[in-house]
Amino acid sequence: MSTNVTIQHGEEINNSTGVSAKKLLMWTFLGSDVMFFGTFIATFMAYRNKSLVGPYPEDTLNIPITSVSTFVLLMSSLGIVLALHYLKEARMGLAKFWLLMVIIMGIGFIGFQIYEFSHFANMGMTPQVNLFGSTFFTLTSLHGAHVSLGILWLIFLLINEYRGNLNSENAIDLEIAGLYWHFVDIVWIVIFALLYLITANDGVPPGGIPWIGGH
Amino acid sequence: MSTISKPKQFQLPRIFPRPKSHKGLWYWLATVDHKKIGTMYGLVAFFWFLVGGIEALLIRLQLGQAESSILSPEVYNQMFTMHGTTMVFLVVMPLSAAFFNWIVPLQIGARDVAFPRLNALSLWVFIFGSILMNISWFVGGAPNGGWFGYPPNSSLGFNPGHGITYWVMGLNILGVASIAAGLNFIVTIINMRAPGMHMMRMPVFTWMTLITSVLIVLALPILAVAGIQLTADRIYGTNFFNSEAGGDPIFWQHIFWLFGHPEVYILILPAMGIVSEVLPTFSRKPLFGYTAIVFAGLVIGFLGWFVWSHHMFTVGLGPAANTAFTVTTMLIAIPTGVKIFNWISTLWGGSIKLNTSMLFSIGFIAMFTIGGLSGVTHAASPSDTQQQDTYYVVAHFHYVLFGGSIFAIFSGIYYWWPKFTGWLLDEKLGKISFILMFIGFNLQFGPMHWVGLNGMPRRIYTYAEDMGWEGSNLAATIGGFIIAVSVLVFLANVILSKRNKQNSGGDPWDARTLEWSISSPPPHYNFVEIPKVNNIDDWWYRKYPELLEGNNQNFKKQKIEVEDSSNVDESKIHLPDLSYYPLIIGIGLTIAGLGVMYTYALVAIGLIMVFWGSIGWSTEPVNEDSKEHH
Repeated sequence: MSTNVTIQHGEEINNSTGVSAKKLLMWTFLGSDVMFFGTFIATFMAYRNKSLVGPYPEDTLNIPITSVSTFVLLMSSLGIVLALHYLKEARMGLAKFWLLMVIIMGIGFIGFQIYEFSHFANMGMTPQVNLFGSTFFTLTSLHGAHVSLGILWLIFLLINEYRGNLNSENAIDLEIAGLYWHFVDIVWIVIFALLYLITANDGVPPGGIPWIGGH
Repeated sequence: MSTISKPKQFQLPRIFPRPKSHKGLWYWLATVDHKKIGTMYGLVAFFWFLVGGIEALLIRLQLGQAESSILSPEVYNQMFTMHGTTMVFLVVMPLSAAFFNWIVPLQIGARDVAFPRLNALSLWVFIFGSILMNISWFVGGAPNGGWFGYPPNSSLGFNPGHGITYWVMGLNILGVASIAAGLNFIVTIINMRAPGMHMMRMPVFTWMTLITSVLIVLALPILAVAGIQLTADRIYGTNFFNSEAGGDPIFWQHIFWLFGHPEVYILILPAMGIVSEVLPTFSRKPLFGYTAIVFAGLVIGFLGWFVWSHHMFTVGLGPAANTAFTVTTMLIAIPTGVKIFNWISTLWGGSIKLNTSMLFSIGFIAMFTIGGLSGVTHAASPSDTQQQDTYYVVAHFHYVLFGGSIFAIFSGIYYWWPKFTGWLLDEKLGKISFILMFIGFNLQFGPMHWVGLNGMPRRIYTYAEDMGWEGSNLAATIGGFIIAVSVLVFLANVILSKRNKQNSGGDPWDARTLEWSISSPPPHYNFVEIPKVNNIDDWWYRKYPELLEGNNQNFKKQKIEVEDSSNVDESKIHLPDLSYYPLIIGIGLTIAGLGVMYTYALVAIGLIMVFWGSIGWSTEPVNEDSKEHH
């Protein structure tokens, strides 16, 4: 009975949901990554206003500059939407252009971050100096690592577009990278809101450090 | 899959040729077959089970008499830390993963998991991560902070040297393996089910795998964060748990147990799944309350997130928090009780076959119930105040993790062994090993209840003669060695049964689920034809269709044979080819982890290997014939 059956593994045989397995994998991974960032953000919030010595956020954070880098990163999300749109329509020139733009904006964001880190270090704010430094640097640098990984991934996809391996037929590969990229952007919105905007004016805690008294 | 030929398809130049032969060492290093990966998970985890067992025996030898000096206090601390860490992360989790790998694709009617190479990556990262953690024994001392590594005890000031850092790096690397496997199994179970296999037709073991996988992908990142923070404190001098800089060691306890309590259910839910397969098979009855068992599993998985502070009742979180966590913890007893009553009801009125697998499952119900009840006693924060950090707690979690998880795992080993190998394990030796384990287990952990309530604290390397604890401790030590004998009997059983092979055929137990509808051991493509599923326990009702018509008496078995795979045309098989890139990424990740402790040169080498493996992985065709690109 069985000699004529072709034995294959993969979505041609079993696909219960109709959604690509790769896309499901990315969504599931992002769910996992939410917990990763969530725990770091929770750490930051739990230790907010508990640094015993400066520099405090009010001494270091520069909201206008970070607003610019935030804007750049958010625009890259628009860029990847356009890159995917043109790839699906097989308009390869525009698809490559927008993917390149996304990569450039991503590198720009990382550039801002490197500038910011070195600027902070010059002001004496390091991961070792106080709780603000420890929580700030671990969270933002791991976010930066996510962005950098995304940039490498997008460069890989761009090379594939140039070689003709990524086209409208397997646009899903870019779509999945896009999911990741959007997620990293969304995490940055949370980070920007919590680590920068609401924290920006934190100085010496009002009334001093609770368990030490005046400061 | 694209049908257009891609002339310019880039492939990373290979340093080693892609293995082709399905034999030899190269095959095992590069295999992507879920069954081979499951076997390797099982063998490596069983090796660590023996190592963790020897650690336990050394602990018991030291505690067998008052004021003995077999282990120094320093070595004793390392011993109980590594015993706990090994049994949780290197034994119960990977043994469960071995069953996930072997059984889940077979139970849902798939030819492999959704991402075979990712599966191989999980295996290799697990293996090298487990080795990395144990290297610490030979380079200046193993971790010694207990399996939950509380700072400041685990901070650099109190714990110089590399032990704790090895522990954290090992856990983080193992976490990568677990998360990758969890993602893979979620997608596999959601997306690779055979036609007709609705969610509510899935076998309970598959359901519990799904719930466990969700817990893994959500809980392990939390441990990763805790690990990164502790590593950063130890290596880079950050202040997360440094109270001199305002850091709060209690914060570690919160994050660790926010991971740690779901982790407990990661350890026990697969065991519940195994038992839910074994009991109906050997009672020859459907599982009582399938839906209730599935939903109870979901409720346990959900509530498990809201109980973590019951590990911290004595920290001083205040009456409001203690009350809230008392209530949530007690709530978990409800779905757990639902399961226990369902299992008992499954047995009720069945034609019960008391073979080794069934004995271990029934032993599981009894032991797990005892452990669950002692758990309820320390769910109440006032009584927990008396029990915290005593041997009563040690007794409790060994009743749920040994009497629970390990008993169920042995039940699963005896149940699925013929599916793994095509031959049966000897029943007589199996029963001897069960009886020895049952007696030894209760002799070892039973007395810990009262010696704990008598005030014997955990994690002390010895105790004074006049404390009145000697008898109980001696009994526990003897019990420990009886368990060791039982494990040796099991190993002898494997060797002797292999020598006098008793062929099992595809379906030796007249079982219920799809894995028994194919030959044993299954061909590497599992199913010649993907089955069409019409019922829960589809294979059972294909054999006994009269049962579906309501004929519960004198029903006859249809002449239906397991799938014959002897005349399949090998040229028409298109399964993923072998790949060694997962192995390279696994080695690279471990080298990078070592480098974090020693030198950045190693980090660079490791990351280059990870990069090389990733590029090679994503540019190699999944299957050389079809040129399919994944």
